[in-house]
Amino acid sequence: MTAQSSKAPVRRPDAGALTRAQRWGRRAPLLPALLFVIALTQVPFLFTVYYSTQGRNLLRPDSGEFVGLANYAKVLAEPHFRNAVANTVVLTVSAVALSMLLGIALAVLLDQRFAGRAVVRTMLITPFLVMPAAAALLWKTSMYHPVFGLVNWALSPFGISADWVSQYPLLSIIAVLTWQWTPFMMLIVLAGLQSQSPEVLEAARVDGAGSWATFRRVTFPHLRRFIELGILLGTIYVVQTFDAIFMITQGGPGQASTNLPYFIYLQAFRAFDVGEAAAAGVIVVAATIAIAMFALRVISNLFEEES
Amino acid sequence: MFIPLRRPGLAAAAAGALLTATACAGAGGGGGAERTVTIATVANPQMQDIEELAGKFSEQHPDIDVQFVTLPENQLRDRVTQDIATQGGQYDIVTVGTYEAPIWAENGWLVSLEEYAGQGDYDVDDLVPAVREALSYDGELYAAPFYGESSFMMYRTDLFDEAGLEMPPQPTWKDIAGFAEELHAPDDDVAGICMRGLPGWGELLAPLNTVILTHGGQWYDEDWNAHLDSPETQEAVELYVDLLRDYGQQGAPNDGFTECLTTMAQGNAAMFYDATVAAGLLEDPESSNVTGQIGYAPAPVAETDHAGWLWAWSMAVPSTSSDPDAAWEFISWATSKEYISLVGEELGWERVPPGSRMSTYSKPEYQSAAEKFASATLEAIENVDVHQPGLHPQPWTGVQYVAIPEFQDLGTKVSQEISAAIAGQQSVEKALEKSQRYAESTAESGGYRD
Repeated sequence: MTAQSSKAPVRRPDAGALTRAQRWGRRAPLLPALLFVIALTQVPFLFTVYYSTQGRNLLRPDSGEFVGLANYAKVLAEPHFRNAVANTVVLTVSAVALSMLLGIALAVLLDQRFAGRAVVRTMLITPFLVMPAAAALLWKTSMYHPVFGLVNWALSPFGISADWVSQYPLLSIIAVLTWQWTPFMMLIVLAGLQSQSPEVLEAARVDGAGSWATFRRVTFPHLRRFIELGILLGTIYVVQTFDAIFMITQGGPGQASTNLPYFIYLQAFRAFDVGEAAAAGVIVVAATIAIAMFALRVISNLFEEES
Repeated sequence: MFIPLRRPGLAAAAAGALLTATACAGAGGGGGAERTVTIATVANPQMQDIEELAGKFSEQHPDIDVQFVTLPENQLRDRVTQDIATQGGQYDIVTVGTYEAPIWAENGWLVSLEEYAGQGDYDVDDLVPAVREALSYDGELYAAPFYGESSFMMYRTDLFDEAGLEMPPQPTWKDIAGFAEELHAPDDDVAGICMRGLPGWGELLAPLNTVILTHGGQWYDEDWNAHLDSPETQEAVELYVDLLRDYGQQGAPNDGFTECLTTMAQGNAAMFYDATVAAGLLEDPESSNVTGQIGYAPAPVAETDHAGWLWAWSMAVPSTSSDPDAAWEFISWATSKEYISLVGEELGWERVPPGSRMSTYSKPEYQSAAEKFASATLEAIENVDVHQPGLHPQPWTGVQYVAIPEFQDLGTKVSQEISAAIAGQQSVEKALEKSQRYAESTAESGGYRD
């Protein structure tokens, strides 16, 4: 300690204690990893950007000229694309909102002590553990089927019977997504509930607050950041929904349930139009990044509050 | 099976197959094989049989190691198309249908099999003529048929008897509509007729196209003018849509081949218009409740004499193959008369790949195992005219599709519109109006019309 202080007389306040060479000496071992990450994450994207400027159709060996931004113009002008954007927004917003509301309700119930709580909790989490493709198939055949589906069977005493997937395609998909994502939201909210300090709750009770007032004034503000996190993660995943659409409706009837991932799939693997599919992909990535930026900002707020 | 957009559920179930891309055969021991043949094939029962039997091939050809990559239909098409179009060269043999063979041949993606097939005792003249023609381009054979199929009407003889109805030897769509009305009994969970309504060029459009063609409708005329809004096409599509809406199975817009097959096999439909390959499955007591109660009639007609479609799963050699000779060795074994006998003897005669070779139908063992549907299948296939299936000449070869690369996209879009009409979300007229626009813009952007 003493020796060091005599050799290094003054600490420069702005640049820390390291010289330029020392700084690089610390960074150097990390550089290969950094390059690897950049290559892994950015190179495919750069290729996509490159392909989005090519008029390339896999089924036509002679195609592949540079077309500038024509693919973007085509995609944006395409009514099917705009329809897919609208469907994606409707799907995502409703599925996330519904599963969050249900998740909060279930989490509040599960926060109570009752016999068999562990069993109930496990059963409630199960939908999230089912593979999305399997879940979609399950819903298509055993829930929605107009003849032997459970939904119609359960509703038959009320005189309600419908061909759900054909008549209400978006609603059917939203129900499946809500079923799948509610457990996730529930888990996050439950974690929030259980991290409440019992002293505060007790203090509230001592102050004479009823349970509703306690929930609204104490619990809910505490839960807010957990809810934000759940909405954020849920949104990022639900935007990418493909399995349910592919399995249950194939984007139909008509275009009624085609969302962005399914639209891109059709462009790439029905039309084999690499250029347009890439352009659509780039547009979606840009939009997702915009959402993610917003999202990350919310999370980082969260972390700040935490520390 | 002709179900390019097969039930997604199966695709998922078969996704396991994707992971178990089986490395089979080859284990001839000893010196080890010097030549490798990689075959991309579709996860259908007959193709799985061939994996099982490939050991016999290895016994005869110890120098050739055969690797199977088995994929569900959709993934197969996606992967093989990508591989060939990008000159990837992963596969020495690819499994293609009658739609791909001529298009890919024209692109120069496939090796002509004409010379190979003429040699030795392959007996190319034994191939079912309509199938051979559909797999040829410019008079040369580009793919060897593994099995072939057409479409016909399957109906419940018990329900027909009960109602005192009789299926004529060649039903018209008018007859069928009458029967459907008579036999429709939703309270007993029996639909008058089951047909595909699931979007997809290989789903809904396959049966519907035969209805359009027999009514005198068409997709394009010889100058590539689209005719999807013509009165004939409209009449045909309206018939199909009305039939499904009034007397069809519930949930029709989401039913493809597999769903309809299940509906029929469980006894929930009186009639079922689909692929001839369904017959073998409906007669199998393991998968069907209605064995022995099914009658078979030719595809219903309106203006033409015959109306069935034509499809054949076939093996072709991509031009990127590093060893076309070895590939042919395997293909000639897998599509030979001897292979058909081998399946019959080892696995049972009802499992023989149908519709590829004429000689199959003169084998007494096959005749007795498949007596109910064998001749109906062969007749349906033989009656197909792949050059002019409808009333009008068409500038491509094929029945239930337009043989241009853009059709996968165009067909998918059109089928979505019609599926929406079946769901009652729009009128047939509106659906065809949009379809006509898609077809016109495809003809222009594809450079078929100026």
